[in-house]
Amino acid sequence: MSLSIDQVRKVATLARLELGDADLAQAAVHLSAILEYVEQLSQLNTDGVEPMAHPLPVQNVFRADEPGVCLTPDEALANAPVRYGDYFGVPAVFDSDEPVSH
Amino acid sequence: MSLTDKTCAELIDLQASGQASAKEIAAAFLDEIDNRNSKVKAFLHVDPAAVTERAAAVDARRAAKEPLGPLAGVPVAIKDVLCTRGVPTTCSSKILQNFVPPYDAHVIEKLKQADAVPIGKTNMDEFAMGSSTENSAFDTTRNPWDLDRIPGGSSGGSAAAVAGGMAPAALGTDTGGSIRQPAALCGLVGLKPTYGRVSRYGLIAFASSLDQIGPFTRDTADAALLLEAISGHDARDSTSVDRPVPAYSKTLNDPIAGLRIGVPKEFFGEGLDPEVASAVRAALQEYVNQGAKLVDVSLPHAPYALAAYYIVAPAEASSNLARFDGMHYGHRTNQKADLIRTYAKSRAEGFGKEVQRRIMIGTFVLSSGYKDAYYVKALKARRLVKKDYDDAFQTCDVVMGPTTPTAAFKVGDKSADPLAMYLCDVYTVSCNLAGMPGISIPCGFTKSGLPIGLQLLSPAFDEERMLRIARMYERATDWHTRRAVV
Repeated sequence: MSLSIDQVRKVATLARLELGDADLAQAAVHLSAILEYVEQLSQLNTDGVEPMAHPLPVQNVFRADEPGVCLTPDEALANAPVRYGDYFGVPAVFDSDEPVSH
Repeated sequence: MSLTDKTCAELIDLQASGQASAKEIAAAFLDEIDNRNSKVKAFLHVDPAAVTERAAAVDARRAAKEPLGPLAGVPVAIKDVLCTRGVPTTCSSKILQNFVPPYDAHVIEKLKQADAVPIGKTNMDEFAMGSSTENSAFDTTRNPWDLDRIPGGSSGGSAAAVAGGMAPAALGTDTGGSIRQPAALCGLVGLKPTYGRVSRYGLIAFASSLDQIGPFTRDTADAALLLEAISGHDARDSTSVDRPVPAYSKTLNDPIAGLRIGVPKEFFGEGLDPEVASAVRAALQEYVNQGAKLVDVSLPHAPYALAAYYIVAPAEASSNLARFDGMHYGHRTNQKADLIRTYAKSRAEGFGKEVQRRIMIGTFVLSSGYKDAYYVKALKARRLVKKDYDDAFQTCDVVMGPTTPTAAFKVGDKSADPLAMYLCDVYTVSCNLAGMPGISIPCGFTKSGLPIGLQLLSPAFDEERMLRIARMYERATDWHTRRAVV
C-alpha cells in the first residue's frame, strides 16, 4: 500500500521520531516502495500455517533467584546524559518551572 | 610473506616455535592499520597502547611457561555492535557516539579467555542495518580489492579489516547476511552459526530472533578456531543453547564421503550475475570431481523469504530500538521539550535515515489494523521457508548456491534506493529466518578482479560437517590464499 504523509506522520509519532516535513515526504516515498515489495506475501497461501516467531524451539529458562555481581552506581550512571546525584536526570514529566535535568 | 599476510593458525605456530612474539604480531598489524585505515576506513576505534600491553602480557605468560588459550596473541577485530568494557561501542550511530559499555559481551569474554588480542572496533552499517556499510554515521568503508567499491555490510568494517591485512580475523554479526555477504565481497570465509550456538549477551540487538555473532577469517581452519572459541552456553542469553561445542578444528580435514549437495533452482534465477553464476557452477563441479552428488532441491517459498525478512527484522528492530530514549545513555537532545518530545527529538537527531525507516516500517507492520496482514503473515511465510529447508535436508547434506547476486558494487550505486539495497540479501536471509548455519567461502574472481563467494547452508547445529564440506573445496583451490593489494 501507499502511505500518505499524514499516515507516515502518525507512524513517526508512534515510533517517537520527530521528523520535519521534508523527511516525512521522503519517508512516505521509501516506505510505500518497501511496503509494495513486501506485499507480494499476500499471493502466498498460508491457510492453516502456524506463525513462527522463533526459528528453534524455545522455552522459559529459569534460574535460582540469587543475588549476583552487578554494576556499581558509578558504572551504571557513567553513560547518563544527565546525572543527578545517584539518579538519572530526566526532564520533568509534569509541568514544572524547575526541571531537574537542567 | 609478512606477518600480516598470515592466518591465525600460522600466527599461533610462529609464536609456539619462537619465530614471532605476540608483541611483534600486534605491532605489524597496528602498522598496517596506520598505513591503510585512512584509505579503507575499516576501524572506528583503535587503542594501540592497550593492544600492545595485552600482547606483551601474552608474551610474558608464555615466557613464564604459563598455560595459554587457543588464540594466544592473535589479533581479532571487533564489530562495533559488540559491547567492550571501557572501550567505545557506537553501532556506527550518533545516538551511541559517546557510549562506553561497563561490561564485555560474552564473545569478548570468550576471546579474552582464549588470550586473543582485540585490536579495534570496526565500522558497520548503523545498528547493522544495511548491505554496504554506507549507512554508518561516521565513515564509508571501502573494499580492499577496489577502493571505489563497497565491502558489503553490515559487518563491512570487519570484512575490510581482514581483507585489508589489518587483522587476521574479525567478529561480525549476521541478521540477514551481514557476515556472509561482506565475506563474499571481500574474498573471505564468513560463518553465521546456528541461532543459539553463540550467546548474544552484549550484542546490541537489531532483530533478536535472527541475530547471531560469527567470525571472518581467511580460511576454514581459522573459522573453526574462532567458532570453537566463541561458542557455548551462557545463562545471560536465554536463547543460548546448552549443548557441547564440537572440536571443529580437529575434524576439519576429514572429507565427507558420499556427499549430497542440494542445488536449488531458485538460487540461479533472474538477477544473478553470469560471472557469479559460472564461478559457483565451477565450484559445484569441483565437488562432483571429488565424488559428491548434486541433487535438485526445491525451495518453493524462497522467493518470499526476502519479503518476510523485511517485515520480521524491522518489526523486531522497532521494538529493540525503543530502548534508545535519551534517558539512561546515548544521545539526548539539547532542545528543551517535555518528556515525550525529548524522546522524539533525541531519536530523530540520533538515528540515521535507514534506521528511522526500519523503525517506522516495523512500527507500521505491528500497528493495530495492519499486524495480521503484515507481521503475522510474515511469520507464517517464515515457517514455510523453514519447512522448505527441512524437506530439502531429507535428500541432501548441504544446500549450495551463490552468497550474493553480484560482486561488490560501486560506492553510491544503491545508497539512494533502499529497496535496491535490500535485494542484495536475497540469498542470505532465509538462513536467518530458518535459524540454520551458513558459511560463505571464496570461489573465484570476476574478470575485473572482484571476489565471488560460494554459500553453504546446513541443518541446525551441523557446523562441524559444514566446515568439513567447506574445507573439501578449499583444499582443492587457492582462492583463499590471494591477498588484496591496498
